[in-house]
Amino acid sequence: MADEKQLFKVTIDNITVEVEPGTTILMAARQIGGDVTPPAMCFYSKLQGSGGKCRTCLVEVSKGSEKDPRPMPKLVASCRTTVMDGMEVKNITSDKVMDARAGVVEFLLLNHPLDCPICDQAGECHLQDLSYEHGKEGTRYEFSRRTFEKEDFGPYIQLHMTRCILCYRCTYVAAQLTDSRVHGVLDRGDHAEISTYISKAITNDFSGNMIDVCPVGALTDKTFRFKNRVWFTKPVQAHRDCDKCCGKVTLWNRGDEVLRVTARKDEWGEVESYDGKPGWICNTCRFDKKKLSDWVIEGPTNVNRHSVISTNHYVNGKVPQETIAEVMGGRQPKLLMDIHDVSDVNDPSVDLSVIPGPATGATFNNKKQQ
Amino acid sequence: MGRKLLLEKAHVENIRHFDVYRREGGYRSVEKALKTMNPDAVTEEVKKSGLRGRGGAGFPAGMKWSFLAKPEGVPRYLVVNADESEPGTFKDRYLMEFLPHILIEGMIVASYALGSNRSYIYIRGEYWWIVDILEQAIEEARNNGFLGKNILGSGFDCDIFVHRGAGAYICGEETALIESLEGKRGNPRIKPPFPAIKGVWDCPTVVNNVETISAVVPIINEGGEEYAKIGVGKSTGTKLISACGNINKPGVYEIDMTISVEEFIYSDEYCGGVANGKRLKACIPGGSSVPILPANLLLKTAKGETRMMNYESLSDGGFATGTMMGSGGFIVLDEDQCVVKHTYTLARFYRHESCGQCSPCREGTGWMEKLLLRLDRGQGKMSDIDLLWDIQRKIEGNTICPLGDAAAWPVAAAIRHFRDEFEWHVLNPEECTRRNYGLAHYADPLEVTVA
Repeated sequence: MADEKQLFKVTIDNITVEVEPGTTILMAARQIGGDVTPPAMCFYSKLQGSGGKCRTCLVEVSKGSEKDPRPMPKLVASCRTTVMDGMEVKNITSDKVMDARAGVVEFLLLNHPLDCPICDQAGECHLQDLSYEHGKEGTRYEFSRRTFEKEDFGPYIQLHMTRCILCYRCTYVAAQLTDSRVHGVLDRGDHAEISTYISKAITNDFSGNMIDVCPVGALTDKTFRFKNRVWFTKPVQAHRDCDKCCGKVTLWNRGDEVLRVTARKDEWGEVESYDGKPGWICNTCRFDKKKLSDWVIEGPTNVNRHSVISTNHYVNGKVPQETIAEVMGGRQPKLLMDIHDVSDVNDPSVDLSVIPGPATGATFNNKKQQ
Repeated sequence: MGRKLLLEKAHVENIRHFDVYRREGGYRSVEKALKTMNPDAVTEEVKKSGLRGRGGAGFPAGMKWSFLAKPEGVPRYLVVNADESEPGTFKDRYLMEFLPHILIEGMIVASYALGSNRSYIYIRGEYWWIVDILEQAIEEARNNGFLGKNILGSGFDCDIFVHRGAGAYICGEETALIESLEGKRGNPRIKPPFPAIKGVWDCPTVVNNVETISAVVPIINEGGEEYAKIGVGKSTGTKLISACGNINKPGVYEIDMTISVEEFIYSDEYCGGVANGKRLKACIPGGSSVPILPANLLLKTAKGETRMMNYESLSDGGFATGTMMGSGGFIVLDEDQCVVKHTYTLARFYRHESCGQCSPCREGTGWMEKLLLRLDRGQGKMSDIDLLWDIQRKIEGNTICPLGDAAAWPVAAAIRHFRDEFEWHVLNPEECTRRNYGLAHYADPLEVTVA
């Protein structure tokens, strides 16, 4: 019989959980789930060495351990601090933590362009979620935001350096998944930037996973660029036989068009694991298989009902009973305007997935002329 | 006249060379340690001496050495931090330039105590000419049997390598230094694990300042207890102070930590008073990162006692009314200096030197710099002062490495003690571009509050 594992008891926000030694506070909190879990912008459990940088997951350790009950003098990064037996942690119950976290969110947004209306990541952006939870409605920053020289990463990945929060996740992906890392962080301080040395294309076979791990819209899929808002697409689970990767993906469809392919993500926004192995997908699956016939559809993706993406989702969804007709004596509500009467944008007859590059006004105008 | 231990022989001609240094009694400590003591006894001696790290934090060096993990079959390393980049600090430069052998000697003894067979000097890139001096000294030591295999027949092997940095202040932080030494980007590591467990190439490592390692030489020569008798309380031994700013005699001075701050500034043996007959306004006694103090709080503590030049007295009163010994970069400001401009200069430095790894420091330092520039030019608002306070509060303690704290403290202290000067800049936007606030009340004696 195997030795019984010694489990550590850790109390986070007065909720006690038993975890294996070596678990970080953040991973212990994820076992509890809910509001107790500190947000993580740079930590990614599937990438070795990640975390500790963004400081959003700071927590207060009010009791070090059973043996040494002294509290830790400073707030600690929960993603990189391992639990001790009897540790007591305060996350949302600590004013100090909430104050520091609000500060970090303010710092992260300081130079962020807030161009969500034109950002492809909007709707599935961790920085949006974080600002919504912990940010303030205004900014106290009265200076111009920093900008960068444009950098071309080749045909697959689009870099928007102004949106980057320097989480270093993409560099870990490149170092740990691809054959060779061609990009990294150049320069330092507030002018540090993700870049290649010098002006190289990133075409490595698994480089597309950089897009999946990016918590903001700094790295986006060029083949999906400006094609659609994520909340207008319908995610479905699909798979195919792939000799390079697990082949298990989420397709983001509009009708029968496959607009985008990503790896499947769990509730923490991380790539899901299969048999303990993270389900990274290869660039062929991600960028080249954009036909429904390439895939075996498994069914709709389960999307958190708080997510904006679930607005178009139908699993377990209850369609509210239409009451207007009832109260109006059977008359149907008058439609004020059908958007397609006046605008051709997102005209359903335009096949977005087959046009090269992003959709522009010309795409729809040409259609009109035909 | 205080006792000199490190700079005693600095005036001897050609002391830079092995022959002269040896004739003047150099390398005695190596002989004593390697022939008559075992490594643990050396560490014990350093512990007894009460030697505190001279790089800034003042952590007891002997204690740091005893924390070093010693697993079987894993090499251990000694790294000397010569990345002296703190504005106002230039003591290590003086030491290495004129007395390179005292560092080499100290390193051999320390390497013996720690069991390091390959020791490194990580020197800032801008000290390019000192690299040549050190390498020549290492060569001389090796030719004379003090480095290499089987030193003095003791069976102990040791080699020293000089590694040049590439011009980053952050590489003076010990884990960033280790990363840089390994050939990576100089980002500080997340602690724990501390270098004593996992340092260079994941092996146990001790990182010490140049002056700390050099101080090992007199400790071994005279014995730890003798060394501990110099100085007061927990501030034992001698400390190099690099004095600069508006003083008559800027330079590197060795003090035994028993003199008062007033004596240090005004006596002819040291700084020789404030230059041009001006009056003293403020001083940063330990390098740019430590809090600035106005003249009245600098010379007397809040309790009304005379402030002495040692670790305890300088930090008396905490950050509310005290400061820190730091690395010994003594910057004196006379009545013509503008604290707002001065704070801006420091903020600009920290913005430039932040590694950009963690968000509070990366974004906050730039923000503070912009606000301070605005205030300095008379374009600021009253709310900017409170905003600055709030920013520094959110940086301090929330970053990976102490650079965030170092960037926050000068701003905090400037606002704490010189708030009316900041307000004057806001209220007199025109006048502040033409003249300075002057001394104002900053040298007036303070009322002593009786507890």
